[in-house]
This record gives sequence, structure tokens and C-alpha cells, in this order.
Amino acid sequence: MADLIGLNKVKPGQTATVVSIKGRSSINKRIADMGVIPGTAIKVNRVAPLGDPIEIIIRGYHLSLRKKEAANIIVELDVK
Amino acid sequence: MKKITVAIAGNPNSGKTTVFNALTGMRHHVGNYPGVTVEKKEGACKHEDYEITFVDLPGTYSLTAYSIEEIVARNFIVDEHPDVVVDIVDSSNLERNLYLAVQLMEMNVPLVLAFNMSDLAKSKGMSFDIEQLSQLLEAAIVPMTANKKEGINELLQAVVKTAEAPKKQRTHTIQYGKEIEEELEKIQNTLDSEHDLVTKYGSRWLALKLLEHDKEIWEKGHNKEVLHAVKNSTEHLKIVFDDDPQIMIADRRYGFISGACQESVKHTVETRHDWSDKIDTVMINRVLGIPIFVILMYLLFQLTFFLGQWPMEWMERFFGWLSVNVAALWPAGSESALKSLIVDGIIGGVGGVIVFLPNILLLFLAIAFLEDSGYMARAAFIMDRIMHKIGLHGKSFMPMLIGLGCSVPAIMATRILENRRNRLTTIMIIPLVSCGARLPIYMLIIPAFFANTVLLKFGFLKITMHAFMLWIIYMIGILLAIICARILRSTVFQGETTPFVMELPPYRMPTLKGVVIHMWDRGWMYLKKAGTIILAISIILWAAASYPKVDPKNLEGLSESQIQTEKLRNSIIGGIGHAIEPIIKPIGFDYKIGTALIGALAAKEVFVAQLGIVYSLGESEGTSKALRKKLKADYSPLQGFCIMLFCLISAPCMATIAMTKRETGSWGWAIFQLLGLTTLAYVVTFFAYRIGLLMSV
Ligand SMILES: Nc1nc2c(ncn2[C@@H]2O[C@H](COP(=O)(O)OP(=O)(O)OP(=O)(O)O)[C@@H](O)[C@H]2O)c(=O)[nH]1
Repeated sequence: MADLIGLNKVKPGQTATVVSIKGRSSINKRIADMGVIPGTAIKVNRVAPLGDPIEIIIRGYHLSLRKKEAANIIVELDVK
Repeated sequence: MKKITVAIAGNPNSGKTTVFNALTGMRHHVGNYPGVTVEKKEGACKHEDYEITFVDLPGTYSLTAYSIEEIVARNFIVDEHPDVVVDIVDSSNLERNLYLAVQLMEMNVPLVLAFNMSDLAKSKGMSFDIEQLSQLLEAAIVPMTANKKEGINELLQAVVKTAEAPKKQRTHTIQYGKEIEEELEKIQNTLDSEHDLVTKYGSRWLALKLLEHDKEIWEKGHNKEVLHAVKNSTEHLKIVFDDDPQIMIADRRYGFISGACQESVKHTVETRHDWSDKIDTVMINRVLGIPIFVILMYLLFQLTFFLGQWPMEWMERFFGWLSVNVAALWPAGSESALKSLIVDGIIGGVGGVIVFLPNILLLFLAIAFLEDSGYMARAAFIMDRIMHKIGLHGKSFMPMLIGLGCSVPAIMATRILENRRNRLTTIMIIPLVSCGARLPIYMLIIPAFFANTVLLKFGFLKITMHAFMLWIIYMIGILLAIICARILRSTVFQGETTPFVMELPPYRMPTLKGVVIHMWDRGWMYLKKAGTIILAISIILWAAASYPKVDPKNLEGLSESQIQTEKLRNSIIGGIGHAIEPIIKPIGFDYKIGTALIGALAAKEVFVAQLGIVYSLGESEGTSKALRKKLKADYSPLQGFCIMLFCLISAPCMATIAMTKRETGSWGWAIFQLLGLTTLAYVVTFFAYRIGLLMSV
């Protein structure tokens, strides 16, 4: 099994699959509502000019989140 | 004729507004939902034998208690029992859009799904088996392209049909899997004791919301037994899934959607051009993103003020014409109080605020354009890093920027902020961003006290003293705004920072109609404000500036401008100016400045006019030159600087205060803002003056 990392560590252009969402708070609920749930494929599209937040593509749409929130999303990098 | 009430729900950017406008034409009414400042739009149309009322619910992704919008949307459905709920779905982005639909299904409402953006879905190569989807979701589905008005009639037909169909329980409920279903049942069994809530919401829904730890439902006050059951179930499920039940519930809903889509959505062409993403490689590029952003914002202001100057002049001329003609209804030289009230009080006061309308409308127009095109979300994306540092949200940036133009629309623009604490903080600090109406004050003071020497020179680029002073003043405002935001966020408005989980919607070409409607809705709100509170305050300020009357005998032999001075000195405002002199003496002001400051409550730029009256300068050309001379004779440059400082920070104008009251829903916050800023102004100016004196500037 490949290494599990936080979504914040994924580089722009890389794709990954969500494994779990850590912590518990209303933020995670929100993230799940937006379709970020275990098993979903994610592509990190780009990083904002000032380095935070990041933009991801999920379920065919573009979503942005701060690195702090992204760190709670544990993903498995897709092997090429 | 039969009446049908329809609630329109949908994700942000799904085309809700476009559908609503197509259904109701321009005949709609904008207000607020009771108790909250969430915009409520209502409109009606006739179709066959039916009179159909449409209520536009706030755009939401979900129906949890995440934001006020979601609570408002949910409560409207529960409390008002609309006959039909129409969910506007962006069919080119089906999965996420159906998430809301699924939650509407769970509320067991008669549902019509409007599959909007059919054109985009088609160009993405998607095709739908409408019949099958309709069966799976147990809702009528109407494909449409709202901006081309395609499918509107079909939608109306589906609405009528759904309203007339006998109400029945849904047969397909979303199954959450054995473990969760078992726990739901356990919770449901304890709910018998909460009869009222169960009849209102239904026991399954209630149990689900409790398991989701929905804040609003949770706070309804539940029996010990219920709470106990929820706690046990949550803990049990956490062990089973190694994840929050909330996330598992979302997971199952998306699972249901994927299942439904797998059977009935086909992607015929795989290659697709993501134009929007291509645009973004430039617009939010790591290197170019910020320069482009700065240029766009600069253009926004340049354009609104450049284009705004002509209509503003027409408005000024119109009000000038109006007051002359209304005054002419009385015999020349009449001292009628009614004349003075109407001409000086009402026309002068309200007119003084309304002349800004063209600028404000243009600003709204530009903002509506940025919003509808999708750039606004990018601006928040770019600025979030900085805004987050001061405890705010990327979206707070836009209102603050608008504040450079005028605080009133800026405060209205804070509606885009989901979190209340965030929103209140932003509202409180907006007046610190120096607005356009304060510019005339700086323009008067700076040349009066400071020679326009060249400070620095790079080739043809010069930095002059005047520009530098102006820059300093604006910077002080922004700096104070940042400091205050931090302080407020860690004291009065303490709490978790809002997460930044925001969709970057695809770029779209805004339609003229859409943009104009957006602009007009907001412009109208501004006008209504001018019509009510601003009118009232204008009259109060007029009375305070004209009463008590001076004995005409004392005015004999004085010139017209001296009479004005005498009248003002004798009035309540003049009295207050004198009375506060001991208070403002420590910051370097005298009663003249005090009097002008009180007048400036009406609108900041009135400060200049009032000072003119205090100094007996008639309203003629070259007034400002003469006024500058007098100021220079009376005050030191340090005092001049302190005047600007105080005007920058102190009590915002009445229109701002009225808007704060409206948008926060309480006079408390408006007064907090008024007193807080004035105190801050006093303290800052005091130190500036005292330190300046010590350093003998
Ligand atoms: N291509 C296409 N564009 C559409 C369609 N319907 C609406 N639009 C465009 O989509 C954009 C967003 O539409 P709105 O009606 O403002 O969306 P909304 O859901 O009200 O969005 P918010 O105001 O942000 O809640 C506008 O530029 C519309 O012109 C459609 O069927 N096809």
C-alpha cells in the first residue's frame, strides 16, 4: 500500500484518492457535503499566488480550500 | 383561479436567479427573511388557471445548519409548506448538485428537478435518461437552458402537475447501510417522547439530523433518553467505520447519487475543453495573478468614478434646480420655516446623499459583473492568505475594497460572508477604509498646510508631498482596519475562523439583464434607505443647524455670509460645537472644527461646506482657496493633520450607520460602531497631537 499523506502535501498536477477525513468538526462535515469523501478521486490543480489556499478538482468541479483544512484530508497518491 | 406556492432551491451558480427572472419577469419583490439579513425574493406568474407564487430560497449546497442560508432554506420548507419545491440543478455538474436534491427528497417534499445548463451538459458530452432518473429520484425532471428561456413552459407544467398530484410517501428512501440504519431506528424509537418535533419534521429525518450532529436540531432541547441514544450510536458507529458518522452519511448520499447516475447518465465524448481552467491558468497564475488582480481593481474604481462624474453633475444640477424652483414658491426673502425645511433640510440633505447614486450604481454594476462572471471567487482565492492573517476570510476583501468608494454599498456587500462573526467584524472596520466622500476634506486640508515639494524622483516618476500625505492617510486607515479586525476577532467576535471551502465556478459571460437586475435590486435598497432613515436624520440635522433662530435685529448690517455664520453659531449644532470645545481641545481642535464635525455626520464631505459657513465664506468660486488661507492662519500643520486623522477614523456618516443597523439587525451594533470609532479617533488623534507637540512638528 502506498503512503498516506495529507492533501496539503500533494503537488499541483498530481492525482490522489481520498482515504479518510481526520478530526471532527463542522468543517469536515462541510468538506464531505461538497463531495470530498473516502474513495473520491482528487486532482490538485494549483496553488494560489500567495501559496495558500489550493485549488482541487473533484467530481468534475473546482473547489478551493486552505492547506490547513486540506491537511485533514488523508489521501493515497495515485501511481502513474 | 388556484394558488400554488413554489420554493426555488438550488446550488449557488446553478442559474437560480436566471430561472427566477424568466419565470416572474421583472415583477418581483426583494425583502429579507424575518429576523435575518438573508435576501428573500418573491415573484408571481399566471399559468393556465393557476396563480403561482415563487419564493427564491438562498443558494446552498446542502441543508445542514452550516450557514444561516441553509437554515433559512430548510425552515422555509418546513414552516411554510410550499406546494412544490423546484430544485435548480446544474446538470453539467450533476453529482454535486444532486446532493441537495437528495436532501430535499429526504424532507419528503413534492419535488421538481430543473436540469438547467443543458447546453453545457451537452457540450460536455453528457446525456441523461430522464425517465429513469425521474423514477429513481421520484421527481419530475425538466431539462432546460434558462438563459435562452428554453424549458420555462415545461417547468411550469411540471410544477402544476406535481402540485395537483396526490401527496404520497416516497418509496425509495436512501438506505444508509445496515449499521447506520440500525442506529437510526434506535434513535427513532426514543423519539416517541418528542411528539411535537416528530410531527413537524418526521422521525427519520429528525434521527438523521441528530446523528449528523446538526446544530440547529440539536439545540431544540431533547430528552435525556434521546441524547443518550444519539451519543451511544455515534460512538458505536465511530468504532465500526473509523470515521465520523457525519462523513459516512454524506458518503452514503453520494453513493446513492453515483448509483442513480451510473444507470442513467452517459458520457458520450470523453475529451472536453475546460475553457474556464485555461482562463484560470492566466487569471490566477502564480506570477500574473496578483498584477492582474490589482489592475482589475484599479479599473473598477477608475471606471466607476470616471463614468460617474457626468451623471453626478446632472444630479447635482437637478437638485440645485429643484431647490431654486421650490424656493421660488415662497416670496423672495421669505423666512418661512417650511421653506427652509424643504429646501435646506430635505432637498439639501437627501440630495447630498443621493448625488452619489450614479457612482454607487456603477459600482454595483461593476461588482455584479465580477460576480456573475465568476471572477469574484478568484479574487477571494487570491486574497485569502492575507485576509486570513487578520482573522477574516478571502471574501471579506471585496467589501473592504468597495469601502474605498463608499461604506454603504460595502456594508451591503458583506452579505457574501457566511459566518456572522466574520461579517460583523468586516462591517465594523469598513468605515476605516477611507471612502470617496472624505477625499474633499483631504483635498482642502493638504494643500492648505503642506507645500507640494518633490520628495523623491525616479526619472519621470515623482513623489510629491501632497500625494505622499494622501497616501499616508489612506495607509493609516487600512492599518487601523487591520489592527481593529484582529482585536475584534480575538475579543468581541471571538471564535473559530471560517473554513475556506469555496467553489471556483466556471467563468461565464454575464448577461446584461442579469447584471442590471442585480444592480437594481441593490440600488433600490440604497434608495429606500435614503428615503427613510437618511431623510429623518437630515431633518434632525437641519433643525439642529437652524434653531434656535437669531433675533433679526442682531443680523442687521451684516453681509449674507456673516448672517450664515451668525445663524450657525447660534444654532444647536453651533452650541454643541462650543460645548464640546473643552473635550476636543486636547486633540488640537476648537469650536469651529467641532461645529463642522457635527455637520459632517450627515455626510463626510459636508465638513468642508460647514467650515466654509463657519468662516463666513459665501458659496463662490475660489472658496477653497480663501478657506485654505484662513485655515492656515488659524491652525498649525500638525492640527491640520489631526483634522484629517479625526475625519478619517471618527463616526461614520449617517448613511453608514443606518446601513449597519439594517444589515446587523440591531441599533446596538450601529451605536457600537459609532462610539467605538469615535473613541478610537479621539485616542489616536490625541496621541498624534501630543507626540507631535512634544517633537514640536
Ligand atoms: N450556458 C448557460 N448559462 C446559464 C444557464 N442558466 C444560467 N446561466 C448563466 O449562469 C450564470 C449564473 O446564473 P445565476 O442565475 O446568476 O445563478 P444563481 O444560481 O442565481 O447564482 P447566485 O446568484 O450566485 O446564487 C449567469 O451568467 C447566467 O447567465 C444555462 O442554462 N446555460
